Amino acid sequence: MSDDIATLLVDQLARALAEHCDAATLRMVEAQGFPQAAWDAIAPMGLRLALVPEDAGGAGLGLEQAADIFLLLGRHAAPLPLAEDMVAAWLLAAAGIPVPEDGVMSFAAAARPMPWGRHTHHRVHAEGAIILLSRGEADIAGMNLAREPRDTIVPGQTLQEGTLPAAFGDDAARMLTALIRAAQIAGALQAVLALTVDYANTRVQFGRPIGRFQAVQQQLAEFAEESACAAVAARSAARAVDKRGLAGAAFEIGCAKVVAGEAAGKGAAIAHQVFAAIGITEDHSLHHFTRRLWSWREEGGTERFWAQRIGAAAQARGGVALWPDITARDEENTP
Amino acid sequence: MEGLRFTIRDAPPATALRTRLRDFLAEAGRDWTPEIRARSWMGFSREFSRAVGREGWIGMGWSRDYGGHERSAMERLAVLEEMLAAGAPVGAHWIGDRQSAPLILRLGTEEQRRTLLPGIARGELAFCIGLSEPDSGSDLASLRTRAERIPGGWLLNGRKLWTTFGHLCDYMIALVRTSPAPEKGARHQGLSQVLVDLRASGITIRPIRDLVGEEGFNEITFDDVRLPEDALIGQEGAGWAQATSELAFERSGPDRILSSYPLLAESVTALRDDAAAAEPLGREVARLWALRRMSLSIAGMLEDGEDPVRQAALVKDLGNSYEQALPGTLRRLADMDALPDEVRRMHAYLTQIAPTFSLRGGTREIMRGIIAKELGLR
Repeated sequence: MSDDIATLLVDQLARALAEHCDAATLRMVEAQGFPQAAWDAIAPMGLRLALVPEDAGGAGLGLEQAADIFLLLGRHAAPLPLAEDMVAAWLLAAAGIPVPEDGVMSFAAAARPMPWGRHTHHRVHAEGAIILLSRGEADIAGMNLAREPRDTIVPGQTLQEGTLPAAFGDDAARMLTALIRAAQIAGALQAVLALTVDYANTRVQFGRPIGRFQAVQQQLAEFAEESACAAVAARSAARAVDKRGLAGAAFEIGCAKVVAGEAAGKGAAIAHQVFAAIGITEDHSLHHFTRRLWSWREEGGTERFWAQRIGAAAQARGGVALWPDITARDEENTP
Repeated sequence: MEGLRFTIRDAPPATALRTRLRDFLAEAGRDWTPEIRARSWMGFSREFSRAVGREGWIGMGWSRDYGGHERSAMERLAVLEEMLAAGAPVGAHWIGDRQSAPLILRLGTEEQRRTLLPGIARGELAFCIGLSEPDSGSDLASLRTRAERIPGGWLLNGRKLWTTFGHLCDYMIALVRTSPAPEKGARHQGLSQVLVDLRASGITIRPIRDLVGEEGFNEITFDDVRLPEDALIGQEGAGWAQATSELAFERSGPDRILSSYPLLAESVTALRDDAAAAEPLGREVARLWALRRMSLSIAGMLEDGEDPVRQAALVKDLGNSYEQALPGTLRRLADMDALPDEVRRMHAYLTQIAPTFSLRGGTREIMRGIIAKELGLR
């Protein structure tokens, strides 16, 4: 049942994104506008309630299914806080707070920049396991290097307050940001890979498409490897959340963010190398993706942040425990 | 790009099996130094392979009719992983279990299955692969070893090269030319796979010393070697397609990810108290986890009867790069002079042998060529 809903949502969303999120929309958003028409077209699909449990009136999808949506958003460099909105609703529902019916939502850890903050009507703050819903009062406008809004919210009046169940742990906002960004990176890499392959097959130099040169083929193959690895990692991490709860999936989310962050760097570099000068121009759409790849790897914890945690945990356990610890994660089922 | 699609699969719970494996390996491996464990599937021990066979851990997926154990692909994966993680000397049964037997099972005659498979499953029959030749490496279809039909069988002439453990094995499955290539194109036609009993007369095996100073691979010369009628495996002339699908088995396993895993475990232990090493070690652990997820995906596709030959090439290349880079990672992180002698010897062995990781089973360039073709680059 929920698989059918997920497939339907992904199909519908893919069509809407293709229709509403063209290069002109991306430029408008990067000039700090908001694509209200796109939002109005997509919001009625009910993405907000996708992750909300069925007994709270939602569709009850799992994170693995949601990850397919995040990948899709990444493939389109979607200039809307749809992933943030979905996850904010999930956090509210988990904390027993009624999910608002309309308006734009986003979430952030306390004192962290909120994605799309200035455009939101409902703001979900996570302070440890405490969830606060507020309207906020004033913003300090900021942006990442892809010029996506990342705004500092000056806390305003709290409308609702609740507590997350223990399975969410005390770092829910960071972990969910990491998971969303890892999946978006994987999706954006798929899009950039397809663009780059297409370009290599059409750009002619020395009398033939550059994609016929082995030097170019080898780079694109490496790109495909990194892209596949990032997607498997992000989707696997999402599945781990479904199996063991958010806090129980910190290792997998961290691994996925490390792998996706590394893949983002390599993939963007290869794409620009193949596109050469045209890929650097404002007119070409490549940079809408590559600047997002460079931005998203910074958010929700960098490779360095997560690798440090993963490595320190492995050191504490010692080399003898490393392999048994990795395989033991197979055995832990839904709590 | 459909051929590069990965489905997400979990390893089913296998606590009991893994516990049995770890107990067995702890007992069998009491005397394995780090240097021995570094050899992994390049370690050859008939005695060890027979012990593994007695436990029912070879031929896990095949029918009991042929000495197999009718277990799932995922259970088999657990066995392979545990062997590799422990650095067990699995070389005497690895090739037979991984690719020779699956080939015989799929394409061999009933007689071939009954005579060969039970011995492989017992860990008694060791197989090697006869692909490369002096003038045919990556360009395998240019091979020249030929088998001619003669009354009652075949006459084999030619030379195979870089045959791992050829001097220690019982049988080779060789890809040879059984009819001339057509004039125009299609060099892939006219190739067949034949079973060669390495004790047959007319075979000269010359071990080749490698850079470590060991004799792992060989040059095997066939001089009017008479093969029986039933030496043919599968269909005459279909050898190229058969060998290619065999490569999916050869390339898809955890042995393309875990060859230097024992060094990672030693590194974590050696660098336990070094706070600066946490981040680089964490990157290695993260990538190991991701590669294993890809490996599980491929095992799942094989279990579902799919033929993930391109995905296998992709994971092999990523995995090879990973296992190949580990010795360099340790060097950057550790004061090598301060490491225990035995870990330094393990590191020294892997440093020398790591270049082979992206050669054996198809080079990095060939793997990337397969991926590029699937991407639609021509």
